[in-house]
Amino acid sequence: MSATANKPSNPTEQLSGARLLELYQTMVLSRYLDERVWLLNRQGKAAIAASAQGHEATQVACIEATDSSKDHYLIYYRQFAAMMALGTTPEEMLRGFLAKEDEPMSAARQFPLHGAHPRVDLFNFSNVIATQLPQAAGVALADKLKGSDAVTLVFFGDGASSQGDTHEAMNFAGVHKLPIIFFCENNRYAISVPIEKQMGVEGVASRAIGYGFPGVQVDGTDVIAVHEATKAAVERARVGDGPTLIEASVERLLAHTTDDDHTRYRSAEDIAQMANRDPIKILSELLKRRDLLTDNADTEIHDDAKKRVNVATDIVDAEPYPSVDTMFDHVVDSVGGNF
Amino acid sequence: MSEQTVIEAVRATLQSEMRRDDSVIVLGEDVGSRGGVFLATDGLIDEFGENRVIDMPLAESSICGVALGAAVNGLRPIAEIQFADFVWPAINQLVGEASKVRYGTNGMKTAPMTVRIPYGGGVRGGLYHSQSIEVLFSHTPGLSVVAPATPYDAKGLLATAIRTDDPVVVLEHKRTYRLVKGEVPDEDYTIPIGKAEVKRPGKDMTIVTYGLMLHYGLQAAEMAAANGIDVEILDLRTLRPLDADAIAESASRTGKVLIVQEDTPAVSISSEVAAIIGERCFFDLDGPITRLGPPELPPMPFSPIQESAFMPSPEKILAAITKLSEI
Repeated sequence: MSATANKPSNPTEQLSGARLLELYQTMVLSRYLDERVWLLNRQGKAAIAASAQGHEATQVACIEATDSSKDHYLIYYRQFAAMMALGTTPEEMLRGFLAKEDEPMSAARQFPLHGAHPRVDLFNFSNVIATQLPQAAGVALADKLKGSDAVTLVFFGDGASSQGDTHEAMNFAGVHKLPIIFFCENNRYAISVPIEKQMGVEGVASRAIGYGFPGVQVDGTDVIAVHEATKAAVERARVGDGPTLIEASVERLLAHTTDDDHTRYRSAEDIAQMANRDPIKILSELLKRRDLLTDNADTEIHDDAKKRVNVATDIVDAEPYPSVDTMFDHVVDSVGGNF
Repeated sequence: MSEQTVIEAVRATLQSEMRRDDSVIVLGEDVGSRGGVFLATDGLIDEFGENRVIDMPLAESSICGVALGAAVNGLRPIAEIQFADFVWPAINQLVGEASKVRYGTNGMKTAPMTVRIPYGGGVRGGLYHSQSIEVLFSHTPGLSVVAPATPYDAKGLLATAIRTDDPVVVLEHKRTYRLVKGEVPDEDYTIPIGKAEVKRPGKDMTIVTYGLMLHYGLQAAEMAAANGIDVEILDLRTLRPLDADAIAESASRTGKVLIVQEDTPAVSISSEVAAIIGERCFFDLDGPITRLGPPELPPMPFSPIQESAFMPSPEKILAAITKLSEI
């Protein structure tokens, strides 16, 4: 189902109809798994979750424009669908949320989606907002010094754009024309603080001029537009022309996390209007307009996703937690590091 | 073998490690043509070029964050923080991030980075060019912290730090840079992290210390010897992990301990050393575990008389030795 894992396509090619349909399947699976995690939270089994619902098109489309065999991905906590697009299985995802023994990114030491991916060069060291941006600049610097043509994608939200680390990273990347893409998923809220209280400009992309590289805005519910924008930035970085800042406008369909209640700070109208910007609905309609998807096939895709999530939930729910003795592993390599 | 100052040993070690391993790079403020404000990187840009000796924008968080990212992606960066007093914006990337890379990825990622930080006072540095900042790093699991005080130790510990696959903070006392000279072998050697060293053997009491205070302690010990008091000096060299075995062995043998540090004493290295001795040597002690440090003030006044009043000195250490010997 999640067909993006072993994609054979050349990222410079246009998205085919068949490929669009596969991306849609990944988005639907991500959505059901995302919903399941919230259910598991309400059942007391998943301690915390941040949803990607509303961000799926952006995340799946930008990953599609990269080469996961060599590129680097520094994600942040809301990139559920990006993880799926990179071939993470539903079981692997659930092991993160349920903190089970075989959790692949951090052995369940960290929050879900934190740690390092077992197969792709993707990592997310911490919960601290924007720390990944200077780190990404360092990753890109190493590639430049090594003569590699790998590209670094670093993801962040509009909230992170306020951090000093964001400025420092973009400034440094501009000085050295690093092969890096600063990818902002702007959902207009830093938990509860709306965009107009975060910045005195319309959006994040306009800041790029201050760092000497292009900044582009794109509709984050439009798979084709996000893919095009990311592909152009990847090609630019790959040939040594330097960074790009991409700002994708998206909706955060749910509250910040399972611990948040967005009705405390978002108006009913604001919440209601988001339904028109649900990327799954938008892509479904596009596929049907292009005769790439029938109603029956759509129903089948949704049913398959539900079944896949049910199977994964049953498997992972029955798995054990890590044993206590493993928590002493991997503090430092050569010395004890403990008093 | 040649006689070198601490700063000469640091510079020569950076050069030899960069020759030894192409993945070693240096980055920091003014490390290029300026050669660093203390000249620790003098000439490196001429030999290794600006790809490996990177003059950074004036922004400490990205100096350490970029170093961290480059380390994760196959390089061995050596970040220089110009003065310890300026490290605070980078604490997030060091204490928050670098320390947990290995642990937080269950060993899948490592951060082989070194952060060199000139620290300490007695140089007319005032409040913002004198600070001792070792405690925050020493408190952090996942970081190693070394504080070499001699040219020999500076070479051996810096080489170890660079070759270690985890982040190491190297604290270099500014006052020792040109004050302290010593013999340094030409050949390659390393000193293990976590090993203290007896710099002066003695039988009547132990001074546990590090950094500039090692040298003040040695001077005080010579003065005490004239009074018939035989003082052992234990140089911690590594502040995390502390060499608890060496501390306990010396304390048990002499039965009296004076811990000397330049940092303010409350919740500090001396607190931890005292706790180790209290836990492991209680029945071997012949007197109270004693600490000597500056007053609990923001370090340290710019005015020379007040700076001297703040700093521990050989004379103050001698007074503490004499007092402890009379118990």
